[in-house]
Amino acid sequence: MNREDFQMLDGNIVYFDNGATTLKPKCVVDEVIDYYTKYTANAHRGDYDISQIVDSKYEGVRDKVKDFIHAKRREEIVFTKGTTESLNTVAFGFMNTYLEKEDEVLITKSEHASNVLPWLELAKRKGIVVKFIPLNEHHEVTVENIRKVMTEKTKVISLAHVTNVIGDIRPIEDIGKLCLEKNIIFVVDAAQSIGHIPIDVEKCNISFLGFSAHKMLGPTGIGVLYGKYDLLNRLTPTEYGGGMNSYFESSGELEYKPLPERLEAGTQNIAGVLGMGKAIDYLLKIGLDNIHKHELELKKYAVEKLKQIPNIRIYNAESNSGIIVFNIHKVFSQDTAVFLNHYGICVRAGNHCAKIVKDEINVSNTCRASFYLYNTKEEIDKLVEALNNQDKIFDIIL
Amino acid sequence: MDEKLKRDIILDNYQNPMNRGLTNSDGYIKVNTRNSSCVDNVDVMAKLENGVFIDIRFDGDACAISTSATSIMIKTLIGKTVAETEKIIENYEKMINEEAYDKELLGELNVYDTVSKQPSRKKCATLPFEAIKRIIEEAKKA
Repeated sequence: MNREDFQMLDGNIVYFDNGATTLKPKCVVDEVIDYYTKYTANAHRGDYDISQIVDSKYEGVRDKVKDFIHAKRREEIVFTKGTTESLNTVAFGFMNTYLEKEDEVLITKSEHASNVLPWLELAKRKGIVVKFIPLNEHHEVTVENIRKVMTEKTKVISLAHVTNVIGDIRPIEDIGKLCLEKNIIFVVDAAQSIGHIPIDVEKCNISFLGFSAHKMLGPTGIGVLYGKYDLLNRLTPTEYGGGMNSYFESSGELEYKPLPERLEAGTQNIAGVLGMGKAIDYLLKIGLDNIHKHELELKKYAVEKLKQIPNIRIYNAESNSGIIVFNIHKVFSQDTAVFLNHYGICVRAGNHCAKIVKDEINVSNTCRASFYLYNTKEEIDKLVEALNNQDKIFDIIL
Repeated sequence: MDEKLKRDIILDNYQNPMNRGLTNSDGYIKVNTRNSSCVDNVDVMAKLENGVFIDIRFDGDACAISTSATSIMIKTLIGKTVAETEKIIENYEKMINEEAYDKELLGELNVYDTVSKQPSRKKCATLPFEAIKRIIEEAKKA
Protein backbone atom coordinates (compact mmCIF):
# COMPACT_ATOMS: atom_id res chain seq x y z
CA MET A 1 0.00 0.00 0.00
CA ASN A 2 0.97 3.68 -0.51
CA ARG A 3 4.00 2.78 -2.61
CA GLU A 4 3.78 6.04 -4.55
CA ASP A 5 4.79 7.95 -1.39
CA PHE A 6 8.19 6.28 -1.24
CA GLN A 7 10.72 7.58 -3.72
CA MET A 8 13.13 4.75 -2.89
CA LEU A 9 10.67 2.36 -4.51
CA ASP A 10 11.07 4.11 -7.87
CA GLY A 11 14.30 2.19 -8.27
CA ASN A 12 14.35 -1.48 -9.09
CA ILE A 13 14.75 -2.84 -5.58
CA VAL A 14 12.76 -5.13 -3.36
CA TYR A 15 13.32 -3.76 0.12
CA PHE A 16 12.87 -6.47 2.74
CA ASP A 17 15.12 -5.09 5.47
CA ASN A 18 12.57 -3.08 7.40
CA GLY A 19 13.68 -4.62 10.67
CA ALA A 20 16.95 -2.72 10.18
CA THR A 21 15.43 0.54 8.98
CA THR A 22 12.38 1.59 7.00
CA LEU A 23 12.04 3.72 3.91
CA LYS A 24 10.80 7.30 4.34
CA PRO A 25 7.66 8.71 2.75
CA LYS A 26 7.88 12.01 0.90
CA CYS A 27 6.03 13.91 3.65
CA VAL A 28 8.74 12.97 6.20
CA VAL A 29 11.55 13.95 3.85
CA ASP A 30 9.75 17.22 3.04
CA GLU A 31 9.30 18.02 6.72
CA VAL A 32 13.03 17.64 7.31
CA ILE A 33 13.84 19.75 4.24
CA ASP A 34 11.35 22.43 5.32
CA TYR A 35 13.12 22.76 8.64
CA TYR A 36 16.46 23.26 6.91
CA THR A 37 15.11 25.57 4.20
CA LYS A 38 12.18 27.51 5.68
CA TYR A 39 12.61 27.89 9.43
CA THR A 40 16.03 26.80 10.62
CA ALA A 41 16.31 27.93 14.24
CA ASN A 42 16.92 26.43 17.65
CA ALA A 43 14.05 25.40 19.86
CA HIS A 44 13.33 26.93 23.28
CA ARG A 45 15.70 29.82 22.60
CA GLY A 46 14.63 32.78 20.47
CA ASP A 47 11.97 35.44 20.47
CA TYR A 48 11.84 35.69 16.70
CA ASP A 49 9.16 34.21 14.51
CA ILE A 50 10.95 31.24 13.00
CA SER A 51 12.19 30.15 16.42
CA GLN A 52 8.61 30.25 17.63
CA ILE A 53 7.54 28.04 14.72
CA VAL A 54 10.26 25.52 15.56
CA ASP A 55 9.42 25.61 19.23
CA SER A 56 5.76 24.94 18.76
CA LYS A 57 6.38 22.21 16.18
CA TYR A 58 9.02 20.55 18.37
CA GLU A 59 6.80 20.52 21.44
CA GLY A 60 3.86 19.54 19.25
CA VAL A 61 5.66 16.32 18.36
CA ARG A 62 6.00 15.55 22.08
CA ASP A 63 2.21 15.67 22.30
CA LYS A 64 1.89 13.49 19.22
CA VAL A 65 4.22 10.88 20.74
CA LYS A 66 2.33 11.02 24.01
CA ASP A 67 -0.94 10.24 22.22
CA PHE A 68 0.70 7.69 19.93
CA ILE A 69 1.80 5.48 22.84
CA HIS A 70 -1.09 6.52 25.10
CA ALA A 71 1.03 8.10 27.81
CA LYS A 72 -0.64 10.17 30.50
CA ARG A 73 1.58 13.24 30.47
CA ARG A 74 3.73 15.01 27.90
CA GLU A 75 6.52 15.30 30.49
CA GLU A 76 6.91 11.53 30.25
CA ILE A 77 8.26 11.80 26.70
CA VAL A 78 11.99 12.44 26.27
CA PHE A 79 13.68 12.67 22.87
CA THR A 80 16.80 10.52 22.48
CA LYS A 81 18.82 9.41 19.50
CA GLY A 82 17.13 6.03 19.44
CA THR A 83 16.22 2.86 21.28
CA THR A 84 19.82 2.13 22.26
CA GLU A 85 20.23 5.48 23.97
CA SER A 86 16.81 5.15 25.61
CA LEU A 87 17.59 1.75 27.12
CA ASN A 88 21.09 2.80 28.17
CA THR A 89 19.69 5.91 29.85
CA VAL A 90 17.33 3.70 31.85
CA ALA A 91 20.17 1.39 32.83
CA PHE A 92 22.79 4.00 33.71
CA GLY A 93 20.58 6.90 34.80
CA PHE A 94 18.04 4.98 36.85
CA MET A 95 18.93 1.33 37.44
CA ASN A 96 22.48 2.04 38.57
CA THR A 97 21.07 3.65 41.71
CA TYR A 98 17.76 1.80 41.94
CA LEU A 99 19.22 -1.71 41.84
CA GLU A 100 21.38 -3.22 44.53
CA LYS A 101 23.80 -6.11 44.50
CA GLU A 102 22.08 -9.46 43.82
CA ASP A 103 18.88 -7.83 42.59
CA GLU A 104 17.60 -9.72 39.56
CA VAL A 105 16.78 -8.51 36.07
CA LEU A 106 14.86 -10.89 33.83
CA ILE A 107 15.46 -10.84 30.08
CA THR A 108 15.47 -13.52 27.36
CA LYS A 109 17.98 -14.95 24.93
CA SER A 110 16.15 -13.45 21.99
CA GLU A 111 16.73 -9.84 23.01
CA HIS A 112 18.70 -7.40 20.86
CA ALA A 113 22.18 -6.43 22.08
CA SER A 114 20.86 -3.11 23.36
CA ASN A 115 18.60 -4.91 25.81
CA VAL A 116 21.31 -7.35 26.91
CA LEU A 117 24.59 -5.48 27.17
CA PRO A 118 23.46 -2.62 29.47
CA TRP A 119 22.28 -5.27 31.94
CA LEU A 120 25.43 -7.38 31.62
CA GLU A 121 27.43 -4.21 32.18
CA LEU A 122 25.42 -3.44 35.33
CA ALA A 123 26.05 -7.01 36.43
CA LYS A 124 29.80 -6.40 36.10
CA ARG A 125 29.71 -3.02 37.80
CA LYS A 126 27.14 -3.59 40.53
CA GLY A 127 26.78 -7.31 40.95
CA ILE A 128 23.16 -7.45 39.82
CA VAL A 129 22.04 -10.81 38.45
CA VAL A 130 20.78 -11.18 34.87
CA LYS A 131 18.47 -14.16 34.44
CA PHE A 132 17.03 -15.54 31.22
CA ILE A 133 13.35 -16.36 31.10
CA PRO A 134 12.99 -19.80 29.46
CA LEU A 135 11.12 -19.62 26.15
CA ASN A 136 8.48 -22.11 25.00
CA GLU A 137 8.78 -24.39 21.96
CA HIS A 138 7.94 -21.49 19.63
CA HIS A 139 10.63 -19.36 21.33
CA GLU A 140 7.97 -17.22 22.99
CA VAL A 141 7.75 -15.68 26.44
CA THR A 142 4.82 -16.77 28.59
CA VAL A 143 3.68 -15.33 31.92
CA GLU A 144 3.83 -18.85 33.30
CA ASN A 145 7.54 -19.12 32.45
CA ILE A 146 8.22 -15.72 33.96
CA ARG A 147 6.59 -16.85 37.20
CA LYS A 148 8.86 -19.90 37.20
CA VAL A 149 12.07 -17.86 37.34
CA MET A 150 10.79 -14.91 39.36
CA THR A 151 12.01 -14.59 42.93
CA GLU A 152 11.79 -12.07 45.77
CA LYS A 153 14.88 -10.46 44.30
CA THR A 154 13.38 -9.85 40.85
CA LYS A 155 13.22 -6.08 40.47
CA VAL A 156 13.11 -5.63 36.70
CA ILE A 157 11.72 -7.39 33.63
CA SER A 158 13.11 -6.00 30.39
CA LEU A 159 11.76 -7.33 27.10
CA ALA A 160 11.38 -6.48 23.46
CA HIS A 161 7.73 -6.00 22.53
CA VAL A 162 8.45 -7.76 19.23
CA THR A 163 11.78 -9.58 18.86
CA ASN A 164 14.00 -8.74 15.93
CA VAL A 165 14.85 -12.29 14.81
CA ILE A 166 11.91 -14.51 15.77
CA GLY A 167 9.41 -11.67 15.39
CA ASP A 168 7.15 -12.92 18.16
CA ILE A 169 4.85 -10.46 19.90
CA ARG A 170 5.19 -10.57 23.66
CA PRO A 171 2.04 -10.54 25.81
CA ILE A 172 3.03 -7.21 27.33
CA GLU A 173 -0.36 -6.45 28.82
CA ASP A 174 -0.30 -9.64 30.91
CA ILE A 175 3.36 -9.16 31.81
CA GLY A 176 2.58 -5.58 32.81
CA LYS A 177 -0.16 -6.83 35.15
CA LEU A 178 2.24 -9.28 36.72
CA CYS A 179 4.78 -6.49 37.22
CA LEU A 180 2.14 -4.34 38.87
CA GLU A 181 1.16 -7.14 41.18
CA LYS A 182 4.78 -7.88 42.18
CA ASN A 183 6.04 -4.29 42.16
CA ILE A 184 8.51 -4.99 39.36
CA ILE A 185 9.83 -2.34 36.96
CA PHE A 186 8.81 -3.23 33.41
CA VAL A 187 11.11 -2.03 30.63
CA VAL A 188 9.98 -2.47 27.01
CA ASP A 189 12.15 -2.27 23.91
CA ALA A 190 9.63 -1.22 21.27
CA ALA A 191 12.13 -0.89 18.40
CA GLN A 192 10.47 -3.59 16.30
CA SER A 193 6.86 -2.97 17.28
CA ILE A 194 6.57 0.80 17.01
CA GLY A 195 4.78 1.73 13.81
CA HIS A 196 3.66 -1.88 13.34
CA ILE A 197 1.24 -2.51 16.20
CA PRO A 198 -0.45 -0.16 18.67
CA ILE A 199 1.21 0.39 22.04
CA ASP A 200 -0.55 1.53 25.19
CA VAL A 201 1.98 2.21 27.93
CA GLU A 202 -0.71 2.87 30.54
CA LYS A 203 -2.79 -0.22 29.84
CA CYS A 204 0.34 -2.39 29.82
CA ASN A 205 1.76 -0.82 32.97
CA ILE A 206 5.04 -0.09 31.24
CA SER A 207 7.59 1.67 33.45
CA PHE A 208 10.06 2.62 30.71
CA LEU A 209 9.83 2.23 26.93
CA GLY A 210 12.28 3.04 24.15
CA PHE A 211 11.96 3.23 20.39
CA SER A 212 13.62 4.67 17.28
CA ALA A 213 11.89 6.78 14.65
CA HIS A 214 13.82 5.32 11.73
CA LYS A 215 12.09 1.96 12.12
CA MET A 216 8.69 3.65 11.73
CA LEU A 217 9.25 5.73 8.58
CA GLY A 218 11.02 8.56 10.43
CA PRO A 219 14.57 9.91 10.22
CA THR A 220 17.62 8.21 11.72
CA GLY A 221 19.21 9.50 14.90
CA ILE A 222 15.99 10.25 16.74
CA GLY A 223 13.92 8.23 19.14
CA VAL A 224 12.02 8.33 22.38
CA LEU A 225 12.40 7.36 25.99
CA TYR A 226 9.09 7.09 27.78
CA GLY A 227 9.05 6.77 31.57
CA LYS A 228 6.23 6.85 34.12
CA TYR A 229 6.46 10.31 35.60
CA ASP A 230 7.47 9.31 39.13
CA LEU A 231 10.14 6.95 37.86
CA LEU A 232 11.44 9.24 35.13
CA ASN A 233 11.64 12.04 37.67
CA ARG A 234 14.08 9.92 39.66
CA LEU A 235 16.32 9.31 36.65
CA THR A 236 19.65 11.09 37.01
CA PRO A 237 20.59 12.91 33.79
CA THR A 238 23.45 11.30 31.92
CA GLU A 239 24.25 14.59 30.13
CA TYR A 240 24.56 18.12 31.52
CA GLY A 241 24.61 21.44 29.71
CA GLY A 242 22.39 23.96 27.99
CA GLY A 243 18.63 23.65 28.00
CA MET A 244 18.46 21.33 31.01
CA ASN A 245 19.38 23.77 33.83
CA SER A 246 17.29 26.46 35.52
CA TYR A 247 20.32 28.33 36.84
CA PHE A 248 23.86 27.85 38.09
CA GLU A 249 26.23 30.11 40.00
CA SER A 250 29.99 30.23 40.34
CA SER A 251 29.47 29.17 43.94
CA GLY A 252 28.31 25.82 42.59
CA GLU A 253 24.71 26.49 43.45
CA LEU A 254 22.50 25.13 40.69
CA GLU A 255 19.14 23.76 39.79
CA TYR A 256 18.00 21.63 36.92
CA LYS A 257 14.79 22.05 34.98
CA PRO A 258 11.77 19.84 35.46
CA LEU A 259 10.94 17.01 33.07
CA PRO A 260 11.31 16.59 30.17
CA GLU A 261 13.91 19.34 29.56
CA ARG A 262 16.15 18.04 32.34
CA LEU A 263 16.84 14.95 30.24
CA GLU A 264 17.42 16.80 26.95
CA ALA A 265 20.74 18.60 27.40
CA GLY A 266 22.15 20.51 24.43
CA THR A 267 20.58 21.25 21.09
CA GLN A 268 18.45 18.31 20.11
CA ASN A 269 17.98 16.65 16.73
CA ILE A 270 15.24 19.11 15.78
CA ALA A 271 14.94 18.02 12.15
CA GLY A 272 14.66 14.45 13.40
CA VAL A 273 11.94 15.29 15.91
CA LEU A 274 9.88 17.09 13.27
CA GLY A 275 10.36 14.23 10.80
CA MET A 276 9.26 11.76 13.47
CA GLY A 277 6.13 13.84 14.04
CA LYS A 278 5.24 13.58 10.37
CA ALA A 279 5.87 9.84 10.41
CA ILE A 280 3.39 9.49 13.27
CA ASP A 281 0.77 11.52 11.36
CA TYR A 282 1.33 9.35 8.31
CA LEU A 283 1.07 6.07 10.22
CA LEU A 284 -2.07 7.12 12.03
CA LYS A 285 -3.68 8.08 8.74
CA ILE A 286 -3.14 4.56 7.41
CA GLY A 287 -3.90 2.95 10.76
CA LEU A 288 -1.60 0.63 12.67
CA ASP A 289 -4.18 -2.14 12.64
CA ASN A 290 -4.26 -2.03 8.84
CA ILE A 291 -0.48 -2.12 8.71
CA HIS A 292 -0.27 -5.11 11.02
CA LYS A 293 -2.96 -6.95 9.08
CA HIS A 294 -1.09 -6.31 5.83
CA GLU A 295 2.20 -7.56 7.30
CA LEU A 296 0.57 -10.73 8.59
CA GLU A 297 -0.90 -11.41 5.17
CA LEU A 298 2.54 -11.02 3.61
CA LYS A 299 4.13 -13.25 6.24
CA LYS A 300 1.54 -15.97 5.73
CA TYR A 301 1.97 -15.76 1.96
CA ALA A 302 5.76 -15.85 2.22
CA VAL A 303 5.76 -18.84 4.58
CA GLU A 304 3.43 -20.79 2.30
CA LYS A 305 5.53 -20.03 -0.77
CA LEU A 306 8.93 -20.56 0.83
CA LYS A 307 7.85 -23.87 2.32
CA GLN A 308 7.40 -25.20 -1.20
CA ILE A 309 10.98 -24.43 -2.19
CA PRO A 310 13.46 -27.29 -1.70
CA ASN A 311 16.24 -26.73 0.85
CA ILE A 312 14.65 -23.73 2.51
CA ARG A 313 14.55 -23.83 6.30
CA ILE A 314 12.22 -21.38 8.02
CA TYR A 315 12.90 -20.75 11.70
CA ASN A 316 9.89 -18.66 12.74
CA ALA A 317 6.93 -19.77 10.65
CA GLU A 318 4.58 -19.34 13.60
CA SER A 319 5.42 -15.84 14.78
CA ASN A 320 2.81 -13.16 14.41
CA SER A 321 4.66 -10.34 12.69
CA GLY A 322 6.10 -9.46 9.30
CA ILE A 323 9.46 -11.09 9.93
CA ILE A 324 10.55 -14.32 8.25
CA VAL A 325 13.89 -15.87 9.10
CA PHE A 326 15.30 -18.55 6.82
CA ASN A 327 18.34 -20.19 5.31
CA ILE A 328 19.07 -22.18 2.22
CA HIS A 329 20.21 -25.47 3.71
CA LYS A 330 24.02 -25.69 3.88
CA VAL A 331 24.49 -22.19 2.47
CA PHE A 332 25.97 -19.48 4.67
CA SER A 333 23.44 -16.69 5.23
CA GLN A 334 25.71 -13.98 3.91
CA ASP A 335 26.17 -15.89 0.65
CA THR A 336 22.39 -16.09 0.32
CA ALA A 337 22.05 -12.34 0.95
CA VAL A 338 24.69 -11.56 -1.68
CA PHE A 339 22.89 -13.91 -4.08
CA LEU A 340 19.53 -12.20 -3.45
CA ASN A 341 21.17 -8.83 -3.92
CA HIS A 342 21.90 -9.95 -7.47
CA TYR A 343 18.11 -9.90 -8.00
CA GLY A 344 17.77 -6.51 -6.30
CA ILE A 345 16.35 -8.06 -3.15
CA CYS A 346 17.56 -6.53 0.11
CA VAL A 347 17.60 -8.90 3.09
CA ARG A 348 19.70 -8.93 6.20
CA ALA A 349 22.13 -11.78 6.92
CA GLY A 350 23.91 -12.63 10.12
CA ASN A 351 22.93 -12.75 13.76
CA HIS A 352 20.93 -9.50 13.67
CA CYS A 353 22.60 -8.15 16.82
CA ALA A 354 20.84 -10.86 18.81
CA LYS A 355 23.92 -12.96 19.43
CA ILE A 356 22.47 -15.34 21.99
CA VAL A 357 19.28 -16.26 20.12
CA LYS A 358 21.45 -18.99 18.55
CA ASP A 359 21.01 -20.90 21.81
CA GLU A 360 17.28 -20.91 21.08
CA ILE A 361 17.02 -21.64 17.36
CA ASN A 362 20.24 -23.65 17.12
CA VAL A 363 21.59 -21.68 14.21
CA SER A 364 23.86 -18.68 14.55
CA ASN A 365 23.33 -16.99 11.21
CA THR A 366 20.16 -16.52 9.22
CA CYS A 367 18.64 -14.43 6.47
CA ARG A 368 15.87 -12.14 7.59
CA ALA A 369 13.18 -10.68 5.35
CA SER A 370 11.15 -8.12 7.29
CA PHE A 371 8.08 -6.61 5.67
CA TYR A 372 6.35 -3.27 6.00
CA LEU A 373 3.32 -1.50 4.68
CA TYR A 374 4.72 -0.84 1.20
CA ASN A 375 5.76 -4.42 0.50
CA THR A 376 3.66 -6.60 -1.80
CA LYS A 377 2.97 -10.22 -2.65
CA GLU A 378 4.53 -9.58 -6.06
CA GLU A 379 7.78 -8.73 -4.29
CA ILE A 380 7.59 -11.98 -2.34
CA ASP A 381 7.09 -13.77 -5.67
CA LYS A 382 10.40 -12.25 -6.78
CA LEU A 383 12.08 -13.63 -3.67
CA VAL A 384 10.57 -17.04 -4.38
CA GLU A 385 11.73 -16.92 -7.98
CA ALA A 386 15.25 -16.04 -6.90
CA LEU A 387 15.35 -18.79 -4.27
CA ASN A 388 14.16 -21.25 -6.89
CA ASN A 389 17.39 -20.48 -8.74
CA GLN A 390 19.46 -21.53 -5.75
CA ASP A 391 21.44 -24.09 -7.75
CA LYS A 392 23.05 -21.17 -9.55
CA ILE A 393 24.08 -19.43 -6.34
CA PHE A 394 27.83 -19.98 -6.68
CA ASP A 395 27.83 -19.11 -10.38
CA ILE A 396 26.30 -15.80 -9.37
CA ILE A 397 28.15 -14.87 -6.21
CA LEU A 398 31.64 -16.12 -7.05
CA MET B 1 43.01 -16.59 -15.00
CA ASP B 2 39.81 -17.74 -16.66
CA GLU B 3 36.68 -16.78 -14.63
CA LYS B 4 35.30 -20.31 -14.66
CA LEU B 5 38.57 -21.76 -13.43
CA LYS B 6 38.69 -19.17 -10.66
CA ARG B 7 35.17 -20.03 -9.59
CA ASP B 8 35.96 -23.75 -9.60
CA ILE B 9 39.01 -23.23 -7.40
CA ILE B 10 37.05 -21.08 -4.94
CA LEU B 11 34.15 -23.50 -4.84
CA ASP B 12 36.41 -26.51 -4.38
CA ASN B 13 38.19 -24.83 -1.49
CA TYR B 14 34.85 -23.83 0.02
CA GLN B 15 33.36 -27.29 -0.20
CA ASN B 16 36.53 -29.23 0.63
CA PRO B 17 38.69 -26.82 2.58
CA MET B 18 42.23 -27.65 3.61
CA ASN B 19 42.88 -28.36 7.29
CA ARG B 20 39.41 -27.77 8.61
CA GLY B 21 39.21 -28.87 12.23
CA LEU B 22 41.27 -27.73 15.17
CA THR B 23 43.79 -29.70 17.18
CA ASN B 24 44.54 -29.86 20.89
CA SER B 25 48.26 -30.37 20.31
CA ASP B 26 50.76 -28.07 21.99
CA GLY B 27 52.63 -25.22 20.39
CA TYR B 28 49.80 -23.59 18.45
CA ILE B 29 48.77 -19.96 18.57
CA LYS B 30 45.01 -19.55 18.17
CA VAL B 31 42.94 -16.50 17.30
CA ASN B 32 39.29 -15.87 16.49
CA THR B 33 37.99 -13.58 13.76
CA ARG B 34 34.92 -12.31 15.59
CA ASN B 35 36.62 -9.05 16.51
CA SER B 36 36.83 -8.02 12.88
CA SER B 37 33.58 -9.52 11.64
CA CYS B 38 30.12 -9.67 13.10
CA VAL B 39 29.03 -12.55 10.90
CA ASP B 40 31.95 -14.87 10.26
CA ASN B 41 33.13 -16.76 13.30
CA VAL B 42 36.34 -18.57 12.47
CA ASP B 43 39.13 -19.87 14.67
CA VAL B 44 42.55 -19.99 13.06
CA MET B 45 45.48 -21.74 14.72
CA ALA B 46 49.06 -22.02 13.56
CA LYS B 47 52.29 -23.64 14.67
CA LEU B 48 55.64 -22.05 13.97
CA GLU B 49 59.02 -23.75 14.20
CA ASN B 50 62.18 -21.74 13.69
CA GLY B 51 60.13 -18.98 12.13
CA VAL B 52 58.43 -21.29 9.63
CA PHE B 53 54.70 -22.13 9.54
CA ILE B 54 54.65 -25.90 9.88
CA ASP B 55 50.90 -26.15 10.36
CA ILE B 56 47.84 -23.92 10.06
CA ARG B 57 44.32 -25.10 10.81
CA PHE B 58 40.89 -23.50 11.08
CA ASP B 59 37.29 -24.13 11.98
CA GLY B 60 34.06 -22.19 12.18
CA ASP B 61 31.17 -20.68 10.26
CA ALA B 62 31.92 -18.38 7.38
CA CYS B 63 30.81 -17.47 3.89
CA ALA B 64 32.11 -19.05 0.69
CA ILE B 65 34.71 -16.33 0.12
CA SER B 66 36.05 -16.38 3.69
CA THR B 67 36.16 -20.14 3.93
CA SER B 68 37.80 -20.67 0.56
CA ALA B 69 40.29 -17.85 1.19
CA THR B 70 41.22 -19.48 4.49
CA SER B 71 41.77 -22.80 2.77
CA ILE B 72 43.88 -21.34 -0.05
CA MET B 73 45.82 -19.23 2.44
CA ILE B 74 46.64 -22.31 4.47
CA LYS B 75 47.88 -24.16 1.37
CA THR B 76 49.99 -21.17 0.41
CA LEU B 77 51.53 -20.41 3.79
CA ILE B 78 52.44 -23.81 5.18
CA GLY B 79 56.21 -24.11 4.79
CA LYS B 80 56.72 -20.36 4.46
CA THR B 81 58.74 -18.22 6.85
CA VAL B 82 57.19 -15.32 8.73
CA ALA B 83 59.06 -12.89 6.49
CA GLU B 84 57.78 -14.63 3.32
CA THR B 85 54.28 -14.66 4.80
CA GLU B 86 54.41 -10.96 5.50
CA LYS B 87 55.42 -10.31 1.90
CA ILE B 88 52.52 -12.45 0.65
CA ILE B 89 50.03 -10.67 2.91
CA GLU B 90 51.32 -7.29 1.76
CA ASN B 91 50.84 -8.21 -1.89
CA TYR B 92 47.50 -9.90 -1.27
CA GLU B 93 46.16 -6.77 0.39
CA LYS B 94 47.43 -4.68 -2.52
CA MET B 95 45.59 -6.97 -4.92
CA ILE B 96 42.36 -6.69 -2.90
CA ASN B 97 42.72 -2.90 -2.86
CA GLU B 98 43.36 -2.79 -6.62
CA GLU B 99 46.96 -1.62 -6.32
CA ALA B 100 49.96 -2.94 -8.25
CA TYR B 101 51.20 -6.23 -6.76
CA ASP B 102 53.47 -9.18 -7.45
CA LYS B 103 51.26 -11.81 -9.11
CA GLU B 104 53.95 -14.51 -8.99
CA LEU B 105 54.09 -14.39 -5.22
CA LEU B 106 50.39 -15.10 -4.71
CA GLY B 107 49.87 -18.28 -6.76
CA GLU B 108 46.36 -19.63 -6.29
CA LEU B 109 45.39 -16.60 -4.18
CA ASN B 110 45.13 -14.73 -7.48
CA VAL B 111 41.60 -16.14 -7.77
CA TYR B 112 40.47 -13.19 -5.64
CA ASP B 113 41.85 -10.55 -7.99
CA THR B 114 38.36 -9.34 -8.88
CA VAL B 115 36.87 -9.43 -5.40
CA SER B 116 37.16 -5.65 -5.19
CA LYS B 117 34.21 -5.46 -7.60
CA GLN B 118 32.05 -6.54 -4.67
CA PRO B 119 33.15 -4.16 -1.90
CA SER B 120 31.16 -5.97 0.79
CA ARG B 121 33.24 -9.09 0.15
CA LYS B 122 36.67 -7.52 0.45
CA LYS B 123 36.46 -8.03 4.18
CA CYS B 124 35.58 -11.71 3.66
CA ALA B 125 38.61 -12.22 1.46
CA THR B 126 41.00 -10.59 3.92
CA LEU B 127 39.54 -12.14 7.08
CA PRO B 128 41.91 -15.14 7.32
CA PHE B 129 44.88 -12.88 6.69
CA GLU B 130 43.83 -10.65 9.57
CA ALA B 131 43.94 -13.77 11.71
CA ILE B 132 47.42 -14.74 10.49
CA LYS B 133 48.65 -11.19 11.11
CA ARG B 134 47.50 -11.46 14.69
CA ILE B 135 49.17 -14.84 15.04
CA ILE B 136 52.45 -13.35 13.77
CA GLU B 137 52.07 -10.50 16.25
CA GLU B 138 51.58 -12.99 19.09
CA ALA B 139 54.53 -15.05 17.92
CA LYS B 140 56.79 -12.01 17.85
CA LYS B 141 55.74 -11.10 21.38
CA ALA B 142 56.62 -14.56 22.68
